[in-house]
Amino acid sequence: MSLAAAQSATSRPTWLALDKLGVLIALIALAGAALPFALFRANRIVLGEPRSLLDALPSFPAALLIGILLVGFAVALLRLPIIAKLVAGFAVLATLFVVIGWSAGYLTPEGDTFARVSPGAGFWLLVFAFALLVTDALTRLRLAPLARIAILLAVIAAATLLLWSGSWNDLSLLKEYSTRAPAFWAEARTHLALAFGSVAIAAVVGMPLGILCYKVRPVRAAVLNVLNIVQTIPSIALFGLLIAPLAWVAANVPGASAAGISGIGAAPAMVALFAYSLLPIVSNTVVGLLGVPPAAVDAAKGMGMTGRQRMVGIELPLAFPVILTGIRIVLVQNIGLATIAALIGGGGFGVFVFQGIGQTAMDLVLLGAIPTVALAFAAAVVLDALVEMTSRGVRRP
Amino acid sequence: MIEIDDITKVYNTTAVVDRVTLTIEPHSICVIVGTSGSGKTTLMRMINKLVEPTSGHIRIDGQDIAGIPAYELRRRIGYAIQGHGLFPHRTVGQNVATVPKLLGWDKRKTADRVDELLSLFQLDPAEFRDRLPHELSGGQQQRVGVARALAAGPNILLMDEPYGALDPVIRAKAQEDLLSIQRRFGTTVVLVTHDMEEAIHLGDVIAVMDKGKLLQCDKPAEIIANPATPFVAELIGTSERPFRLLSLATVADHLEPGTPDGEPIDATASLRDAYAELLWSGRSALPVRRDGQLVGQVTLDALARLARPQ
Repeated sequence: MSLAAAQSATSRPTWLALDKLGVLIALIALAGAALPFALFRANRIVLGEPRSLLDALPSFPAALLIGILLVGFAVALLRLPIIAKLVAGFAVLATLFVVIGWSAGYLTPEGDTFARVSPGAGFWLLVFAFALLVTDALTRLRLAPLARIAILLAVIAAATLLLWSGSWNDLSLLKEYSTRAPAFWAEARTHLALAFGSVAIAAVVGMPLGILCYKVRPVRAAVLNVLNIVQTIPSIALFGLLIAPLAWVAANVPGASAAGISGIGAAPAMVALFAYSLLPIVSNTVVGLLGVPPAAVDAAKGMGMTGRQRMVGIELPLAFPVILTGIRIVLVQNIGLATIAALIGGGGFGVFVFQGIGQTAMDLVLLGAIPTVALAFAAAVVLDALVEMTSRGVRRP
Repeated sequence: MIEIDDITKVYNTTAVVDRVTLTIEPHSICVIVGTSGSGKTTLMRMINKLVEPTSGHIRIDGQDIAGIPAYELRRRIGYAIQGHGLFPHRTVGQNVATVPKLLGWDKRKTADRVDELLSLFQLDPAEFRDRLPHELSGGQQQRVGVARALAAGPNILLMDEPYGALDPVIRAKAQEDLLSIQRRFGTTVVLVTHDMEEAIHLGDVIAVMDKGKLLQCDKPAEIIANPATPFVAELIGTSERPFRLLSLATVADHLEPGTPDGEPIDATASLRDAYAELLWSGRSALPVRRDGQLVGQVTLDALARLARPQ
């Protein structure tokens, strides 16, 4: 009997077993399918009326979506090849994004310019569930760095195509965008300048400072302690604390105000973001340099490399992946933190977030939040790939 | 010739190397032996100025190294260390080319030299030149480390426990490689080790150090026969002495006429190997073979005589 049981156990195909994470994904997706798919509002600020999956779409696309969701559900749940999970995840996400635009057009009464349709809790849960499926599959596939960047580019291209095609134009989010498109792009530029500019300056200052800390031990403790204290100041407080000294500088240092320095605006935001970036870059530079194999440094010295040749040729290249990891941390951190700059008039996507909170217009909040999250995510993917590409020979595969 | 003249290195208040005077003849292998903390590595590192002496002088071919800039001196001296110290982000070829590049050799000459050295160490250049160090086995990494040290054709090669991380089989092979390469280039080798067996096998001269002092510096046979202090005797191991002595000479050095029966032994084998073979096979004499010809014998009686200081 036990033999027969064993035989039946071995004859069962491996894919017919349950995937552990898949169960979680399926549960989230199930909740997402039950919750309202879209929200309908007669105007921009009234409370939304929920629309279920079946009400939010004409019968044919609703049936199609349910069918695709069921397939995605099954693929997530079973132990299928990872590549199948990846394809299914992307397919479901693509369907969801196309269908939500369709739903907006369907729910908006003809000629009604005040009505707003936005994605409901169900939509977000479904997106979350299948994004989880995709990221899990990507992690498990262990793709090469360039392949990961290629997938990111493909996703960006697909998103651009979706927006450019106009199929989302009836969504509340894009209605918010269309009334303030020039402002959106101006704030986008400010946001990028704040986030990337502060990290660039921090890298230019932080790496030499890190090298100094590595070479001179007494300096190390002092610098790292000061930067640690800076890091613990709450961000809003730091933005506020800088207003007074910078206003003084603008008023008393000749040419300072002409150079754009003032108590409020982009200057204190830039200084605060720069201050937050320094610790991870300096400490990662120190840690990276300390992690260089001592035998390699000794050999370099013993073969007659000068101090500068050792630093440029051996120590920095070997420490670089760790330094780049520090830059990745602060870049992602600053892309998010730059939203707070809007509080002191620094601009950036935070402008929409705080306007939206003030007007209780959640779609306006999303107009600021979604690009910020997308930027941070893209920066993380690209820099992770760069870290891996520069680690050649440093870490054993 | 390396002349170490009354050299002392003091860290804090401890003399790590204490008034050592030692002359290393050109084209010879000098092995510095000692336990850890004996100052042997510090002594060696003063030769290429990785450590600055507190007092005393070191002259290389008559020139005091105090007057030579450290980086310039080091480029003239090969340097190989335990755990190879290869640059993990550079290919094998780039690693070997380190010193030629520092000296500003042109590309063609450097590439030719890299290929020559890799071939010399039985590493096919086409196969290994573009690999990264972590893709090599421990023995291959060690060979690349020595090839890198020899890249610019230095007269002097410093080696700090170069075989410490290798397993016994690969270590024996690496030691044979070193001997044949030293014979080929005539390089003066200063090698630091804690292993007396290795010292006796490789050294033309053995310098024994303890607590910063040079206890004895002499030919291996002399050190085995007449250890200067109880510590040297202990390092050699009293029960090992006859076998260490036998290991210094080959069968060919002590041939006797006659051809007994049985499996012959090669003329290049050490007397110690011959002794082991005699004991193991229960014979009293072994025929000796050279190039396929039986040329004589080695006997248990002769070995018993040779195992004592002459």
